[in-house]
Amino acid sequence: MPYLSLILGRVGKAVIVLLAILVFNFFLIHAAPGDPAAVMAGEAGATDEQFLEDLRERFGLDQPLPVQLWRYMGGVLTLDFGYSYRQQMPVLDLILERLPATLMLTGAAFFISLSLGILAGTLAAMRVKRPSGSLIMGLSLLFYATPLYWVAMMAVLVFSVVLDWLPAYGYATVGAGYTGLAHAGDVALHLILPAVTLGLFFMAVYTRMTRTSMLSVSQQDFVKTARAKGLAPGVIQRRHILRNALLPIITLAGLQAGQMVGGAVLTETVFAWPGIGRLMYEALMQRDYNLLLGIFFFCALLVILFNMLTDVIYRLADPRIKQSAA
Amino acid sequence: MTLLSSVPGRLSVAALLVTLTAPVLAQSTPQAGGVANVAIQPEPPGLMLPLVQNAPTQRVAGNIFEGLLRYDADLEPMPQLAESWKISDDGLTYTFTLHDDVTWHDGEPFSAEDVVFSVDFMRETNPRTRAVLAHVDSVTAPDDSTVVFTLETPFPAFIQAFEVGTLPMVPKHLYEGTDYYNNPANRHPIGTGPFEFAKWDRGSVIELDKNPDYYEAGKPYLDKIYWHVIPDAASRAAAYENGTLDIMPAGSVENFDLPRLSEMEGSCLTEAGNEYFNPFAMLWLNNREGPTADKRFRQAVMYALDRDFAKNVLWNGLGNVPNGPFTASLPAHDDSLTPYPYDPDRAEALLDEMGYDGEPVRLLPLPYGETWTRWSEAVRQNLEDVGINIETESSDVAGWNQKISDWDYDIAFTYLFQYGDPSLGIARTYDSDNIAKGSPWNNVEGYENPKVDQLFADAAVENDVDKRQAMYAEVQQILHEDVPLAWIMELAQPTVYRCNVHDLITTSIGLNDGFKNAWIEH
Repeated sequence: MPYLSLILGRVGKAVIVLLAILVFNFFLIHAAPGDPAAVMAGEAGATDEQFLEDLRERFGLDQPLPVQLWRYMGGVLTLDFGYSYRQQMPVLDLILERLPATLMLTGAAFFISLSLGILAGTLAAMRVKRPSGSLIMGLSLLFYATPLYWVAMMAVLVFSVVLDWLPAYGYATVGAGYTGLAHAGDVALHLILPAVTLGLFFMAVYTRMTRTSMLSVSQQDFVKTARAKGLAPGVIQRRHILRNALLPIITLAGLQAGQMVGGAVLTETVFAWPGIGRLMYEALMQRDYNLLLGIFFFCALLVILFNMLTDVIYRLADPRIKQSAA
Repeated sequence: MTLLSSVPGRLSVAALLVTLTAPVLAQSTPQAGGVANVAIQPEPPGLMLPLVQNAPTQRVAGNIFEGLLRYDADLEPMPQLAESWKISDDGLTYTFTLHDDVTWHDGEPFSAEDVVFSVDFMRETNPRTRAVLAHVDSVTAPDDSTVVFTLETPFPAFIQAFEVGTLPMVPKHLYEGTDYYNNPANRHPIGTGPFEFAKWDRGSVIELDKNPDYYEAGKPYLDKIYWHVIPDAASRAAAYENGTLDIMPAGSVENFDLPRLSEMEGSCLTEAGNEYFNPFAMLWLNNREGPTADKRFRQAVMYALDRDFAKNVLWNGLGNVPNGPFTASLPAHDDSLTPYPYDPDRAEALLDEMGYDGEPVRLLPLPYGETWTRWSEAVRQNLEDVGINIETESSDVAGWNQKISDWDYDIAFTYLFQYGDPSLGIARTYDSDNIAKGSPWNNVEGYENPKVDQLFADAAVENDVDKRQAMYAEVQQILHEDVPLAWIMELAQPTVYRCNVHDLITTSIGLNDGFKNAWIEH
């Protein structure tokens, strides 16, 4: 019962936060100079008064801002995110078309960084002050400090241009006409470079955090007790140290997961990955208000969802949290 | 070792190897077949060319749609959908005879009624076409293959108006009586062109297929065109280097990458196909207020700019430093004007004479990538060297638009298309009737000179070539002296491509005219 009311309370708060974000974004976007009609007129290379008026009327931009906001919010409450001025398509269609590619990329990066990061961190914690441990920490420092953009370019240069092992860009081979398993394999090949590139930074963070956290837990009394009662070192590492060291990593993983929609703009750009980050960047440049607000909405939704999920996982990982919350 | 050795994209590499091992004798008979992989940047927002007029749309959709005429490198008209045409001696009646047996991609026949409809369609939706059609009194279709335009007054530039971007043909049977902007055909555009729309994976690739029923026998030669959407310039360059891409249209290669890519083995570069648009880079100088309102200051700017440096260093020596307000490709260009030389001392002397007191002058760069950013730095340095106090105000494209449209600048970068005739591309910049906030493409600098207005107005409707030429010569001299704005460069539009692709560019609008004649030697 308390669990249910807790969840209901959380959802209620989430809805309020989402609506507040929408209103705030709406005014923020309209505060930027230039509007979609002007951008489109600019690109046409010629314009006159009539053209601009036609465009603004068609987009509803001739209405006062509060009216525009009222209409937009009304639309969102019925899950109608409006029409993209520029792409002449419903916003929801555009987002849903591009969302899978982004989720695949960020999901793969998430999996790679989390699993390899924890593994490397654990190894480093077990090999403190040994060359192999120092090597892991050195590498993680390097990945942590190197700009993503540069890593991406170098990866393309080495693995695509020089070695020709992996495709340089894109989602699938153009014109190959693969279907079924061959298509899946083709997409997977294309996914390797961007996913690894995107995952490197967080992998480094997880590595460093796992190591630090494990080292601090291993100083605790219950670990000494475990050793004293003669448990095997592997069991102590896994059951006693690692599990207790996981909490800060879950926090961070929750943050990373929240960025899954909007956090891959750079990677998507360098690798021409047809994801939502690029769509967002283009919408911003073109002042495509409806599309931009729609993408912001999905980003916010995902952050809120993952924050809630993180809370649930906390409780699973550390039962003490549940007791204190109840 | 390669994990992807069976990829069809490698076809061009194979073809290239054949070229290298074959005798140097170039083939001149077109060969059918093959696929073109082309870069497109940025991704077009839509492909319905009659409604969407931005550069990438024109580039891709010029294969799908067609106009009545094409124009060669000297801007002389050539047949397209119109097989022949006649202009009456008084310059008031234009009669076009259409090609027989033309069908739309959906199989419906193309007829003179479509032309009449397209004129109305474009007049309603496109401000540029509206301006070109301003002197048109009526458009009629006496029979299925004849169209007659009647003008109110002679307008010699009118013959330049039938290019595919200005007056593309719109299928009447799909658009008549509909809401143009929400017509389902916008997502699957139907034209008469050599290639048909096949598929568009947004964010990745646009696929065009050969039109098997094209009315010019044997054409087109290519089976398919893939337009690859790759937003990052370095990634595009890598894709050309590893053989995935065959054709890099102007603007898809950063200037500093041009020498590297064009000097690769089997790689060619051409500046052709630029004659109609001929983008003309300028600095708007606000004639209304501040130091830029003084003619001497504006002349000083011209003397202070090292335009040859910009051309040679920033643009790889491609392009042309103009001698005045008309680009060299225009027939009305006055060769006798002496260009303003790079002369910082004269600039300083002029600034002293006007008593310039170091009042800050704002410079608004054009946010179109690295080269433009560097160019604004070079201009800033030139101007500071002669003692002008410059403040750079950066912005994104939408902000740049807004500032220029609201006249909120002192000096601002821009470039303008010429459209083959001074009355279409140039007059708009100086005509005082064309001063109005809200557009970045009109008389933004606020120059007002009744004499210039009169000359442009008279020349536009003057049917006699020599008289027209004399008026344009006079206007060039006045503008050259008044410097309403600074003419900095006629931009080149270099296309980089594999040398085994032939007849890629055959008209003055270049790749925008589609790949009708292009073929791959294999």
